[in-house]
Amino acid sequence: MAVLTKPRVRATHVAPRARHGLRYRLDVKGAPYLYIAPFFLVFGVFGLFPLVYTGYVSLTGWRADTPGSEDTFVGWRNYADLVHDPFFWNAVKNTIGIGLISTVPQLLMALGIAHLLNYKLRGRTFFRMGVLLPNVTSVAAVTIIFVQLFGRDYGMINWFLGLFGIGHTDWQAGTLSSWIAISVIVTWRWTGYNALIYLAGMQAIPFELYESAALDGASRWKQFWMITVPMLRPTILFTVIVSTIGSLQLFGEPLLFNTSQTPTTGGSQHQFQTLALYTYDQFWQKFKYGYGAAISWAMFLLIALFVVVNLVAARRMRGADAS
Amino acid sequence: MRVATTRRSALVFGVGAMLVGSMLTGCGSSSDRPADSNGPVTLTVNLFGNFGYKDLYAEYKKSHPNITIKENITDFNGHHKNLQAHLLAGAGTADIEAIEVNQVVGFRPQAAKFVDFLSYGVNRDQWVEATWRRATGQDGTGLFGLGTDIGGLALCYRADVFKAAGLPAERDAVSKLFTDWNSYIEVGKQFQAKTPDKNVNWFDAGSNVFNAIVNQSQKNAYDESGKVIVEANPVVKQAWDTTVAGIQAGESAGLAAFSPQWNTGFQKGQFATVTCPSWMMAYIKDNAPETAGKWDIAKIPGTGGGNWGGSYLTVPKASRHQQEAVELAKWLTAPQQEKWLFTNKGNFPSDQALWSEPEVAGFTDPFFSSAPAGKIFSESVKSLKPQITGPHQGEIGNAIGNALQSVEQGKATPDDAWKRALADVKNLAG
Repeated sequence: MAVLTKPRVRATHVAPRARHGLRYRLDVKGAPYLYIAPFFLVFGVFGLFPLVYTGYVSLTGWRADTPGSEDTFVGWRNYADLVHDPFFWNAVKNTIGIGLISTVPQLLMALGIAHLLNYKLRGRTFFRMGVLLPNVTSVAAVTIIFVQLFGRDYGMINWFLGLFGIGHTDWQAGTLSSWIAISVIVTWRWTGYNALIYLAGMQAIPFELYESAALDGASRWKQFWMITVPMLRPTILFTVIVSTIGSLQLFGEPLLFNTSQTPTTGGSQHQFQTLALYTYDQFWQKFKYGYGAAISWAMFLLIALFVVVNLVAARRMRGADAS
Repeated sequence: MRVATTRRSALVFGVGAMLVGSMLTGCGSSSDRPADSNGPVTLTVNLFGNFGYKDLYAEYKKSHPNITIKENITDFNGHHKNLQAHLLAGAGTADIEAIEVNQVVGFRPQAAKFVDFLSYGVNRDQWVEATWRRATGQDGTGLFGLGTDIGGLALCYRADVFKAAGLPAERDAVSKLFTDWNSYIEVGKQFQAKTPDKNVNWFDAGSNVFNAIVNQSQKNAYDESGKVIVEANPVVKQAWDTTVAGIQAGESAGLAAFSPQWNTGFQKGQFATVTCPSWMMAYIKDNAPETAGKWDIAKIPGTGGGNWGGSYLTVPKASRHQQEAVELAKWLTAPQQEKWLFTNKGNFPSDQALWSEPEVAGFTDPFFSSAPAGKIFSESVKSLKPQITGPHQGEIGNAIGNALQSVEQGKATPDDAWKRALADVKNLAG
């Protein structure tokens, strides 16, 4: 950003610079940096420093049960251990699995809801605000309520399924069942948010396109696929990237979904222990600071990798379009 | 005392702690400036469950008008995690912090960060060796925790449910039913076959049975040298096999201990027996008051004794009011108050002189059909031998508990579950 704005500032003030003194020049050249400084300062203290410090800790063998292990430098050993840690790969698998189940239906649903909200409805503002409501509730509150709903013996969902003769499911027990339950919680919270973003994108599409398509005899459904979806592509890309990052960092829902004494293990067999949960488990439950920090960094790199893959895929798509 | 409540605060706090932990390490402030002994002092007390101290604070205030006490209760996991994080950061600890018996050994490496009570005139012979030994520094010197309560073991059972299944319901007869843990599992099979209400199981959770069995043994997860011996110790595998036999016979309600479902299980009467450390009495009473008079207490199978749970009070050196905090901690764990806590709140005193006092030994509770609780728990802890423990004692128990749960859920074979438990143990200790 700074690099981009600098030349412009210089260009517009070429003339005055010759006539004014040092203080004016400093003001003109320095002020923009000063204005953006608060962000970078806060980011430095709460973002960059922890990142770098975690990187340092990840190279030590620091753990609470070994006095004096704070400054034992072990190089890349934590990372080497990570590669051979079945719990780590299990967490990667769970994270991606839950991520897919929660993101794909969620975005499709959001697109559908946005399309409906784009019609002329009575009480439109009410509905538009309504879909955002789940998003402003706290993760903890929502998850605690869902845990009740997903209860094994006296939960409402099992009761409802029982009406159709489906036997009681112990939602926390199975791999797929726990993934689905957690995905439902995530979907509940984020569908409305994405729907509103899509809606904003839809409203920026010129109405004439629909008009001429209608003249050409295109049905509503065809208009949606041939006009709305292609025009929304940048918006869709944005939501895909944001949801991907969000699902890779999934933490609160699986933590609170586990009602046992060991909330960070992600179920009796780690069947829903996500990466963020495993980091937390190793760092703050087992107090293996060095190892926990290493997982944390591995997670950061994994997210970066996913975002790059996303962007490259998007660029390919755009390139294919243009040719 | 071991009460798990909601984990919301743990989450909120944990995230905060993560920040604090990574930011503030190394720049902790230790401003132990001595306060004016008569000036107003506010002492903070961090607990992991309801210790029943509320009325005692008011009592203390009468003799110490300048002291204001603020109690803060977090759930079991969150509490110990916060304490560890705050010690690491060198700031944020309360004036008095409680630590549970299986966690206390994990704090021994940090013993220097706590006040040594021996230098404040505490005599550790107030407790049996098994109790004070766990709260010493790693070299076995000093004393950083004052024992509050202790979890002598018994078996709590629903007399009405026993009767309905045609089992003897009278407590001496029930005690005679189980000579060892195998006969406990055998009687369970009879119960499952005969109980008219098929929604009732013999026990609540495999982990609770397993815990009780291994807590009767002197050697459990650790040997004298501090090595983890879960795999090598035959006692652990035997306890596992016994518990699994019960689970496979359909005796377990499969309610994860301390989960909301488990709490509901008490209220709905989903299980006939529960291994019962003395603090469990208070837990059942608080949780399922409508079952009053239906419970009774018998001798625990196996050795007839054992210990599970109990707590310590500590004063971190980061406290600004060490002197006042030590005084309050000593007062809360003094015989007079411990006696009151047992007879009113059900937390059995770890102070050994009290066990033979008539008020304690003769204590009965109508909630438990006036069973001689004082006598049962006193006898259960008298034979107590110091158990060899290590820093990850509690977590090892949890890992095995989770593995047992996966068997209960029908998601793993006992062999696979055992292997996973060993892998978990390796992950946390190695």
